[in-house]
Amino acid sequence: MEVFVSQVFTGLSAGAVLLLIAVGLTLTFGQMGVINMAHGEFLMAGAYTAYVVNLVVGDAGLGLLVALPVGFLVGGLLGVVLEASVIRWMYHRPLDTLLVTYGVGLVLQQVARDVFGAPAKDVPSPSWLSGSVPVLGYDFPMARLFLLLLSVACLLAVLALLRRTALGRQVRATVENRDLAETVGISTRRTDRITFFLGSGLAGIAGVALTLLGSTGPTIGASYIVEAFLVVVVGGIGQLKGTVIAAFSIGVLQAFLEYATSGSIAKVVVFLAIVVFLQVRPQGIFAVRTRSLA
Amino acid sequence: MSRRTTLLTALGWLALAAALLGLAPALLSDFRLGLLAKYCCYAIAAVGIGLAWGRGGMLVLGQGLYFGLGGYAMAMHLKLTDAGPGQVPDFMVLYAGGEMPVWWEPFRSPVVTLLAILLLPVLVATVLGAAIFKRRVKGAYFAILSQALTAAFAILLIGQVKTTGGFNGLNNFQSFFGYSLYDPVNKRMLYFLAAGVLLASVALMAQLHRSRFGELLVATRDAEERVRFLGHDPANVKLVAYVLAAVLASVGGALFVPVVGIISPEDVGVGASIALVAGVALGGRASLFGPALGALLVGYAETSLSESFPGSWSYFQGGLFVVVVLLLPGGLAQALSALASVRHRVGGPPGGRRRRERPASDRTRPGPTTPQEVTA
Repeated sequence: MEVFVSQVFTGLSAGAVLLLIAVGLTLTFGQMGVINMAHGEFLMAGAYTAYVVNLVVGDAGLGLLVALPVGFLVGGLLGVVLEASVIRWMYHRPLDTLLVTYGVGLVLQQVARDVFGAPAKDVPSPSWLSGSVPVLGYDFPMARLFLLLLSVACLLAVLALLRRTALGRQVRATVENRDLAETVGISTRRTDRITFFLGSGLAGIAGVALTLLGSTGPTIGASYIVEAFLVVVVGGIGQLKGTVIAAFSIGVLQAFLEYATSGSIAKVVVFLAIVVFLQVRPQGIFAVRTRSLA
Repeated sequence: MSRRTTLLTALGWLALAAALLGLAPALLSDFRLGLLAKYCCYAIAAVGIGLAWGRGGMLVLGQGLYFGLGGYAMAMHLKLTDAGPGQVPDFMVLYAGGEMPVWWEPFRSPVVTLLAILLLPVLVATVLGAAIFKRRVKGAYFAILSQALTAAFAILLIGQVKTTGGFNGLNNFQSFFGYSLYDPVNKRMLYFLAAGVLLASVALMAQLHRSRFGELLVATRDAEERVRFLGHDPANVKLVAYVLAAVLASVGGALFVPVVGIISPEDVGVGASIALVAGVALGGRASLFGPALGALLVGYAETSLSESFPGSWSYFQGGLFVVVVLLLPGGLAQALSALASVRHRVGGPPGGRRRRERPASDRTRPGPTTPQEVTA
């Protein structure tokens, strides 16, 4: 029982990280059809932001609280710059954005290597996150619990934004029918840019949060991006509910498989499970219903 | 295809053959020739990517998987022949206490190894491809899946140190089918083998592009639904192209092992797979010679840039993707044919050549790839 509970919690916290990354991806992918491979590098930028902020502030606890909003801004601004400089020229060929943004990602990784050096950096954890909380007889580490709560809080914020604000209605209208949204006077260009800012900012927050779990290197984003995309594919493109379910199920599945086998086998089995799953639901858990033939 | 184009293709192929088999061995040092052999191995895989991506519209980001299947099959055989009959490869003595898993045993035989290099990718690509294409998973979904596939493969290789050599991979080979790999003459022979296979695969592509299958593949890329309405199954057309690309990648990987002397997870992972795509994008994804020439060029650029400015390669590769895909989606082939068409307009009659070579992404409106595009 204790093993079961501990694996569930480990899986949920791993899923929380994936969710933070994947929410941004599913927004941009769903709304614009753009596949942003540089999203992982926005996460890396967030992680380095935490490192720099911590150096400046000097106090681990305060540093983390400052780094979260700053990381959001850094990630978001990088996203807006990418959208304005490169991606807006490519909306008519979405598949090619994958390669272009991968190139941008390579450049950003090398910039990080040149600025911060190749060895991984450690960001000290605040003391109030060092202990653990007993949950059902299992000691759940505070850092992972914080991650889980942070992820849920971000998700609720995004949901509130999409459901309750004028901006959210514009975003949803653009996702559902771009031409019609323009007809009723929504500036889809502006909506696109704001969505990009939001999604990339969430990656920045994920980067800050990841410094609680381990050290930060130039390739930290690259190691998460493939899995995050799988979450988007399984969840159904542009579907927040699907992304949530997919992120947590993949996280938990992986945690149990890792316990039963080994880390490397677990990844392969998860991948095969996804291929099998797509046999049943090729469009992901929740698909946008269209009248297309595909 | 007009007679003129056929003639041009033949001339181009002969020029490539003369450059690779005549000029390069005469001019280059043994060391440089060895490097060129390595680029040829990449180029063989790139030719396959040209077929699947340029002609078929499937962005294959995971060819490292098949490159690795061929490479590891060959490397296992070389390791076993080096160890001698009944013996166990050196690294297994080190990591696994001299125990060899059963599935290594068949690779003692050269025939089985060669068959495995050709048939393993067919098997894997057919199963995966059928599962993916029959369910009409395509576009970005397919690209991401193929990338996840090779990422999982590399992680698996790293994790299984006892049977795959782990992060260091398999290396330190002594001989290749009985020929010493330390002899410079044999290394030259390996170059001719790699260059020969590359030329053969380009010739195969030339035939495929002319064939009915080639036409059907381009049709599937441009208007999959129309192909379906005409009574063909696009999944089968794509599957054949995908399997062929897998076999070419596997053959390239198999030659890579004796030429370079190592195969490791780094050579098959996500980065290596995308580097292969970089060459294809640069040369021109849909053109005949573009993928091969682009891969040779990117390989050469990587070596020379890494030699003179370490660290600059990432900037260059990243910049290459941005500039080529953004501004020149048809690659260098597009630039060349644009030049040729300018000359055409001035001189000869307007040829149909320019239209034929037009790459997929030149179309103003590609077929629906995401649900949004359809509803939009």
